[in-house]
Amino acid sequence: MERRDFLKKCVMVVVGASVPLSALTFVDPKKVLAANPDIQWAFLVDTNKCVGCGFCVKACKVENDIPLDANVTRTWVERYVYTKDDRRYVDSPKGALNGYTESRIDLGKGEFKEIDPKNVGKAFFVPKLCNHCSTPPCTQVCPVGATYKTDDGVVLVDRSWCIGCGYCIMACPYAARFFHPVLHVADKCTFCYHRLSKGLDSACVNACPFGARRMGNIHDINDPITQIIMNERVGVLKDEFGTKPQAFYIGLAQEVR
Amino acid sequence: MVEQIVQHAMEVHGEAWTIKELFVLPNEYIYWSIQIVMYPFMTGLVAGAFVLSSLYHVFGVEKLKEIARFSLVFSFALLPVAMMPLLLHLQQPFRGINVMMTPHFTSAIAAFGFVFSTYGCIVATELWLVYRKHFVVTALELKAQKNRGMVDSLRLMIFTGLTLGAWDISHEAIEKDHKACKIMAAIGIPVACFLHGYAGFIFGSVKANALWMTPLMPVIFICSAVVSGVALCILCYVIVQEFRKIMAKRKISRWAKDADAPTVEELEGAKHMEVMMASNYLLYFMIAALTLEILDLIFRGYTQVKSWDILREVIMERDFFKIFILQYAIGNVLPFLMMALPGRTVRRTTIATVLVLFGVFMMRYNVVIGGQAFSLSFAGFMDYHLPIIPHNLETYKEGLFGALTVAATPFVLFYFINKFLPAFLKEESTH
Repeated sequence: MERRDFLKKCVMVVVGASVPLSALTFVDPKKVLAANPDIQWAFLVDTNKCVGCGFCVKACKVENDIPLDANVTRTWVERYVYTKDDRRYVDSPKGALNGYTESRIDLGKGEFKEIDPKNVGKAFFVPKLCNHCSTPPCTQVCPVGATYKTDDGVVLVDRSWCIGCGYCIMACPYAARFFHPVLHVADKCTFCYHRLSKGLDSACVNACPFGARRMGNIHDINDPITQIIMNERVGVLKDEFGTKPQAFYIGLAQEVR
Repeated sequence: MVEQIVQHAMEVHGEAWTIKELFVLPNEYIYWSIQIVMYPFMTGLVAGAFVLSSLYHVFGVEKLKEIARFSLVFSFALLPVAMMPLLLHLQQPFRGINVMMTPHFTSAIAAFGFVFSTYGCIVATELWLVYRKHFVVTALELKAQKNRGMVDSLRLMIFTGLTLGAWDISHEAIEKDHKACKIMAAIGIPVACFLHGYAGFIFGSVKANALWMTPLMPVIFICSAVVSGVALCILCYVIVQEFRKIMAKRKISRWAKDADAPTVEELEGAKHMEVMMASNYLLYFMIAALTLEILDLIFRGYTQVKSWDILREVIMERDFFKIFILQYAIGNVLPFLMMALPGRTVRRTTIATVLVLFGVFMMRYNVVIGGQAFSLSFAGFMDYHLPIIPHNLETYKEGLFGALTVAATPFVLFYFINKFLPAFLKEESTH
């Protein structure tokens, strides 16, 4: 074969091979779907309605097999108390598993603080859970790709592949992740994905007696949740991290971090 | 019994050594504990030891010749140990290999396996080039022996294997080795810096952590890595030379019985020169490391972003003793003065290197543990209590004894590696 022929054929092979290969990337169904999936799950918390009963925490732990006694939880409720002398107290004993039945504030290290009810300026509860961020730092840092974001916007963990390095736990600005005390892999809120995919509400939404927690499809303009997020003043937690959280809060105070 | 098992299962990772104070989020614990302090410390020693050896191989600093060879061998002994703390801290250590199987390259940890293996290959290649002549000579000597015992037969097998079939030890061949070695060392420096700089990146890129997140982190880590590596090499070199002096005096080892074995005076002279030279480099790198660390601190204090309130309380009050007394005063300023003031002696330098090593360890500790000493709520604190007496596997792995195991391993490895790659060789066998 002459050199000229050889070069010609080389060019032909390269061009010929690159056409079908580029077609593959053009019509990657996953990418097409991800660019405009029908469903994008979002969470809406109305902090004005929360009374700190802790039913959501209990329901979550039972539904998702997180030991009740273990001091980790996929969702929790924080209590904020501001006194008239301009002091702020926050606590969340056991993540509010048993509800706020006591008025004293847990200061950690076994210490408590009783606050005179007359001195209370304002007080409220804030339920928290994984924000299922649009740009999640946790999935970015996983060295093995064991945690990932589904096309419908839920961040999940593959328990069979997680190596338990804890990098995702470190990377989450919301402390939504922890090590499962029995399985020893990273664990987090899944929006009850196993229930969602069957058309059910998540366990915490189901358990909330006051409708403080709701879920919806933010890509469906007629969804009542979407309507609220579009028309009312809602906030997200720690937007300075650029994580674009998908859990929205009504009545968010600036002190809530 | 059943109750005990249930109780045990309920203990969350991190609960055993974390004390929470004020408002800490329910899932927050000190998840990265002493082993993650050991990880950058050990990687730093590897990288530093290699950089010291490269000063001779690449830049031809002749005075460092002996300590350079020692550093290279020691760096090889340290290498497997850089990985050990990572494996020990994993909740699923048997899945550690997944990092190599399905690396997820947006993660800073994912490249670890590859950078680490590349680096290992470079060090191994360089060592082979340096010691090839020694392998060939030893193998030939053993072959020539008429009545070989079990041990010598085994040694012959190993040394023959180590030559990899390259038996040519003519002058030209050795010259070629020398050239290749120089190239490998030159490639090795950026890789060593990358290996460690990227350990700094693992921390520096965690945006959720106010103390860690700074682009200076990789650079700070590289500088302190070189500091710790050089300090450890000087320290070990002095200790080994002291042993050799005793051996030479009493003629207890095989080499000491040779007719042309170095005398006590020769050993002492070589030691003095090498230590003085290496400690100069130690000083330069200490200045760089300290400058960057202080710059970072001043910058945080000056800009006073949202996190500064809680950081100030951690740095200036809660961890004041650990940071300013243990790390800066005892670990940096004191040894710096000891080495910089006139009339420096080997003994004074040796004590200084111990302090330097302690200082770098404290720096790692203050970064890793200090970064987890405050809550993401910025309204609470976490105290770390190092488990000392282990009561289960976890408190052993992530406790004092786990850390000591990691710290002791390189010396055990060095002992065995030194059998085949003698760090102190007579001039003719290597170049």
